[in-house]
Amino acid sequence: MLEPATAAIAANRFGLGARPGELATIGAGGRDWLRAQLKAPPPLLGAADLRPSQQTLAQALQLRREIQAQRKAARVDPAAADAQLQKIGQFLRPIYISEATARLQQAVSTERPLLERLTQFWTNHFAVSVDKQLLAGLAGSFEREAIRPHVFGRFNELLLAVETHPAMLLYLDNQLSVGPDSAAARRIESRQVERKVGINENLAREILELHTLGVGGGYTQTDVTTFAQVITGWSIGGGQGRFAGGEPGKFLFRPELHEPGSKVVLNTRYPDSGFGQGVAVLNDLARHPSTAHFIALKLARHFIADEPPPAAVSRLAGAFTASEGDLPTVYRALIEAREAWLEPLAKYKTPSDYIISAYRGLGLPVEAGHGALVPFELLGQRTWQPGSPAGWPDKSADWDGASALMKRIEWADALGARLGSRLDALERAPQLLGANLSEATRTAVARASSAAQAVTLLLAAPEFMRR
Amino acid sequence: MSVLKRREFLNLTTLAAGGAFLTTRLAFAGVGERKSRFVLVILRGALDGLAAVPPYGDPDYASLRREVALRAPGATGGVLPLNGFFGLHPSLGFLGQCYSARELIVLHAVASPYRERSHFDGQDVLENGSLRAHALQTGWLNRALVQLPGQVSREAGVALGQNVPLIMRGPAEVTSWSPSKMSALDEETLARITDLYAKDPLLSVRLADALAADAMVSAEEPAAMSAGEPRAPQAGTAAAVTPAGGPAQPYGARYTQIVTAAAGFLRQEQGPRVAVFDTTGWDTHANEGGAEGQLAGRLLALDKGLATLKQELGPAWADTAVLLVTEFGRTAAVNGTRGTDHGTGAAAFLLGGAVAGGRVIADWPGLSARALYQGRDVAATLDLRSVFKGILAEHLSVPPRTLEDSVFPDSAAAKPLRGLLRA
Repeated sequence: MLEPATAAIAANRFGLGARPGELATIGAGGRDWLRAQLKAPPPLLGAADLRPSQQTLAQALQLRREIQAQRKAARVDPAAADAQLQKIGQFLRPIYISEATARLQQAVSTERPLLERLTQFWTNHFAVSVDKQLLAGLAGSFEREAIRPHVFGRFNELLLAVETHPAMLLYLDNQLSVGPDSAAARRIESRQVERKVGINENLAREILELHTLGVGGGYTQTDVTTFAQVITGWSIGGGQGRFAGGEPGKFLFRPELHEPGSKVVLNTRYPDSGFGQGVAVLNDLARHPSTAHFIALKLARHFIADEPPPAAVSRLAGAFTASEGDLPTVYRALIEAREAWLEPLAKYKTPSDYIISAYRGLGLPVEAGHGALVPFELLGQRTWQPGSPAGWPDKSADWDGASALMKRIEWADALGARLGSRLDALERAPQLLGANLSEATRTAVARASSAAQAVTLLLAAPEFMRR
Repeated sequence: MSVLKRREFLNLTTLAAGGAFLTTRLAFAGVGERKSRFVLVILRGALDGLAAVPPYGDPDYASLRREVALRAPGATGGVLPLNGFFGLHPSLGFLGQCYSARELIVLHAVASPYRERSHFDGQDVLENGSLRAHALQTGWLNRALVQLPGQVSREAGVALGQNVPLIMRGPAEVTSWSPSKMSALDEETLARITDLYAKDPLLSVRLADALAADAMVSAEEPAAMSAGEPRAPQAGTAAAVTPAGGPAQPYGARYTQIVTAAAGFLRQEQGPRVAVFDTTGWDTHANEGGAEGQLAGRLLALDKGLATLKQELGPAWADTAVLLVTEFGRTAAVNGTRGTDHGTGAAAFLLGGAVAGGRVIADWPGLSARALYQGRDVAATLDLRSVFKGILAEHLSVPPRTLEDSVFPDSAAAKPLRGLLRA
């Protein structure tokens, strides 16, 4: 099959949807346009109102401490206590809104949309979800601090940044995990019989299953449990009780919680070097062949097709292994892959893709405040709320439901009504869809009964639903 | 879209297509027979069966559960009595009433064939009906619907949500429906989009499914289906959505809407017979709580939703069976962070007016160290596929041959569990 639509595919499949003029800029050099985006280091999102994770978390922990102290002192009745807990939510909510709108603004305005798509890909690979309360204040800064700086780095650097970030430790409950033979555990058990301390295997399991090897990647329940012991002590400063101490809100290795001794994970023995023991396991996981395959499969699924050709996956995995997880090398192999440039368009847009591409294509301004986030809620993909550590799914069947389609059409209709005659959809259609614009869509837009309806039809078109 | 406008649109399309539209999308048949209804609720994240249905009579229960162990009936925060050995979590008051009214069967130590501990593969096996994750791309419930005798609607089933979960994907015609906060499209625009999708096999079917679901909604009393649901555009208003990091109401209004809508579809004589929805938030690794706390709050919301379902179904409740399942159970012992990790044997619930209830079905393996699966989980003694088969055979009259061949391949060992429904 030929590759007649390189500009449209570069902008829409690899990018986040063409902005007016973008296809002309790309011209016939789709691959060059994408490769050029990999050259400079990623820009770090910096708006005045974006706060570091540590600051947010320290403040939230402080609030929580105050509430609990008041409860202990029995100065509040339960109803008032609930109201106080809502204070934490009220503190976190504006942070979530600022972060999510800043992210949207970046996606809508960037001239390096491949970088943004990759950032979103990795955030979803290492998913946290704001349905856990504190994450509402941390998901955005997690992306800025742990993901964004490493999108053009090596996979093991990205992995370490993620697994030591307080957002991930909190999301998967590792900060309170205690080695059963650790100094802390022995001390506690000499005093108490009722409370037992021990490990929580959540983070260790999801690192193996979701972040590195993949579910069929060759680990056992024993590997999960042992790895959980290895990363006991990976915690956060400024907690309560025995988790006090350390700089509040910052990653802290707590040796007294760490399970002592050498450990065998995936048939390799790791001597006890404290924090370094877990780092050594992560580094080995990062270069494991199962990890190379799993990452290659997910990238191919995202950029090529729901069920990508095995040959393309193998090439990406080969690039990952040969370059020791150098991510730009893998991206370049992806850009090279001819399978990624074929028509018909193989990927059904996620709601987020759909919204961002509409914002970019129509030149919609990103409103300040919560309003800009409403479309994501209406269309079923709330920013940073995949609801599970597996992240949002990445196949058509997960997004192409009847009701979901109707929601998109309703939203497209609302946009048409809002823009009305201020936008000439017939002139805009080839600028957004290029060679992918079908005759049926062009005709429908041309014959629309109003300017507003023309916008609606353009956004509802089959080729705008896909990338 | 307003209900009325959609209906007008359907009429318009019917006329335009010479009447073919309604007859293909909503072919009515079998009117007059009593219609058995089935609701499947997936509790995603692995519900802790030992918290939802505590075996307080098991000698090892209290020591395994330590500070989150629930106490016997009658004690402060004690469980609701079932059979003297098992109890119900105190948040599950409505389920307790169902049990007393002989409309609830509690199942324990159940599991799908899946024996690893990944949520996502576990859910895949639960839904695809095979022995392995990703072995099939369709769901067992959909494959069963293909052969449903006496089907009264072209849309055999409805998924409450924007998208259709795996369990309902496949060859049978199903649709999805979720409440909308956006305003109506005019029928003329919809007709043009229908034309625009004519040559797109996916989008043409999805749009028709969406319109069919709306037609069913419009056939209902609008007040009931859209209870409490604002139709005017709510964009930008804080009330339109649950705030991030807001009050700890895991399901709230949206869950009630979904349940209400499910009942609205099912109670129609000419609507779908099967509805599916799911709930999340059961993955209680830390600070799970006991009689009160995190899980207690979620169970309470679940229980209230089921009470709403019964209420909204009205007389149709008598012909309904509701099954609640989860992908696997959780560890028998509480972990180091007052939660529980991924396990194996789980609890399930079958309730409804059609259910021969008031009993617990459990070949209880016990919680002694020797009895635990791999030394950590409740062992599974009943294959969930036996439960599914029993319901499909006796409630929905799916032919036995179909059950064995296409619905649950390689399931000969899991014999249908008979007698779950009232004769």
